[in-house]
Amino acid sequence: MRYYRSHVMVCTSPQCVDKGARTLMKRLQEELAAQGLADEVAVLETPHIGDCANGPEIMVYPDRVHYAGLTLEDLPSLVEEYFKKGRVVTRLLSQFRPPVDKELGPPKPKEVRVVLRNCGKIDPENIEDYIAEDGYQALAKVLTEMTPEQVIEEILASGLRGRGGAGFPTGRKWQFCRAAAGSPKYVVCNADEGDPGAFMNRRVLEGDPHSVIEGMIIAAYAIGASYGYIYCRAEYPIAVRTLREAIRQAREYGFLGQNILGTDFSFDLEVRMGAGAFVCGEETALMASIEGKRGHPRTRPPFPAVSGLWGKPTNINNVESYAVVPQIILKGSAWYASMGTATSKGTKTFALAGDVNNTGLIEVPFGITMREIIYDVGGGIKGGKGFKAVQTGGPMGGCLPAAYLDVPVDYESLTSAGSIMGSGGMVVMDEETCMVDIARFFMEFIQDESCGKCIPCRVGTRHLLEILERICAGLGKPDDIEELEHLSSLIRRSSLCGLGQGAPNPVVTTLRHFRSEYEAHIYDKRCPAKVCRALIRYEIDPAFCTGCTLCARNCPVNAISGERRQPHTINQELCTRCGICKQVCKFDAVTVS
Amino acid sequence: MPVVKSIEELKRLREEALTKRQLQATGGRAQITVYMGTCGIAAGARDTMKAILDTIEAENVRDVIVKQTGCIGLCEQEPLVEVQLADTPPVRYGHVSAERAARIVKEHVIGGKIVDELVVPE
Repeated sequence: MRYYRSHVMVCTSPQCVDKGARTLMKRLQEELAAQGLADEVAVLETPHIGDCANGPEIMVYPDRVHYAGLTLEDLPSLVEEYFKKGRVVTRLLSQFRPPVDKELGPPKPKEVRVVLRNCGKIDPENIEDYIAEDGYQALAKVLTEMTPEQVIEEILASGLRGRGGAGFPTGRKWQFCRAAAGSPKYVVCNADEGDPGAFMNRRVLEGDPHSVIEGMIIAAYAIGASYGYIYCRAEYPIAVRTLREAIRQAREYGFLGQNILGTDFSFDLEVRMGAGAFVCGEETALMASIEGKRGHPRTRPPFPAVSGLWGKPTNINNVESYAVVPQIILKGSAWYASMGTATSKGTKTFALAGDVNNTGLIEVPFGITMREIIYDVGGGIKGGKGFKAVQTGGPMGGCLPAAYLDVPVDYESLTSAGSIMGSGGMVVMDEETCMVDIARFFMEFIQDESCGKCIPCRVGTRHLLEILERICAGLGKPDDIEELEHLSSLIRRSSLCGLGQGAPNPVVTTLRHFRSEYEAHIYDKRCPAKVCRALIRYEIDPAFCTGCTLCARNCPVNAISGERRQPHTINQELCTRCGICKQVCKFDAVTVS
Repeated sequence: MPVVKSIEELKRLREEALTKRQLQATGGRAQITVYMGTCGIAAGARDTMKAILDTIEAENVRDVIVKQTGCIGLCEQEPLVEVQLADTPPVRYGHVSAERAARIVKEHVIGGKIVDELVVPE
């Protein structure tokens, strides 16, 4: 192969081609030849550089000089000045700077990146980058060497379970859908990530969209589907844009469309945007929304595998489930099954949030303990404070106390502890968190997002919230705990969909693991964590107060009075317990009780 | 872009993509800079450049970056070539003819030994 000192990448995205990239490329080659540089400088195509808005654009390696807005008239002087004499032509330089990835740093201790392997490493809008990382090789293997049954066998053997949260074996789901009668069949990707603070799926869609697309094509081949939908929430505009561009490029290269890779298998897909209703992450509501109806869930069975979109057999998996499929096919089910525990194989991404030092996206193998996640991957509790609880599984998950720190994280252990795996939200709470207040917070979210179709969820969650608000306000009644338990059990048993059935979880788990806090609120009218405003009072310790007047000047309701250089006092009638006096006091004279 | 119709085509596409990826990676064992101001070109720097590229190709080395730059005011020493191996200070050679260029690539860039008699005195 000829050794070139320099390689010019010409962007051939539709936008750049529209602005004359092809002609520019041809003329550039001619100009280089005319000036005797044709055997020193090579000209290549690339699907994406980044500044198409100011196209046509070129990127020159190894100098990494990026020119944009080129015209044919610019070429002779550009070749003369830059390619011949080595002087960068500043007036033609692109102003574009690639966005810096702040969300996903290098792997932290004990992280294993499988789903996230390409994120931050490849250019998501350049299909060549994905292909260089073995992209679409799994699809080629499946289409040419494997029968659909073998594909399903391989996924079954890998032990992959639904990453949306319920943990149903993915291979079994595919099996059911393949066996179901009806045509056409559909594959759907659930990208309606709605848990507050969770962004695992968004990161994959934005950073490695082709892995999801390839996984969906393989699933479609396995179950015999001909069309697919990615249901992505409209609040993820970058994910939607990246996906659409990835689908366009996949079509151009022939990975989507008619006769994929020269075989007689055909498949195509499109992105559908959700309007942000939390319940649309529930599969039956999601399908209703794709069909153009109101996003309401319905009873199951029939399950989507039998009767899904427009009554046809439909396979629904989460983003993360699809994204890992190509790697299972390429590296083998044994490789995947070698990670994890007996019943939960592989790795899982989590959005680690709350009071830990390293918040953000992580990927760890199943079987790791909560202690390892919080203290090794997460770097411990912020400010060296004590651990109180960890909330897993999003708003319908549960809070686990310190006793569960050493339990291996997998589907079964989290369920037996009263929580759920969910899609991977993980909120760490330190010792200054009030568990009754946390239950109230999550119940507020659930109550807000209840679609209102069934009564237990619509009225029940509202009632749970009212009781919790009353307890936090210091108006708890002796039988409130029993009432909460009774209602929770009712809602769990009689709600229509997963949202309602999981809704009482925050209440049930906090009652189970932190019952004494409820009792302190109700019987002693005391908030042990000193969070609930109605149950605490701020006071100034005269032994420490120097009378600097700082608190009095900062108090928004003028509740603090006192002479200069004399201890101050707080008028409890006026005090709103905002805590500003405690924050500003330089002598730690303000106490909470 | 042609539609991929077979595994062979996909494999070839992957090789191409990997090559492009390699081009984008900065670094490598050495960086060779040829001074190509008007003075350098007049003294024959273009032949020097071609000789360097040909030698690299003949020796089948892949991780060398060849760059060019302008005049640095040592016009009487042109054609000038600077060689910098990874983690070592750069070495500047003067009066680099095509033959000398080939020798510098073989002995310094590949062999790792500075060609003392061609180095421009500081």
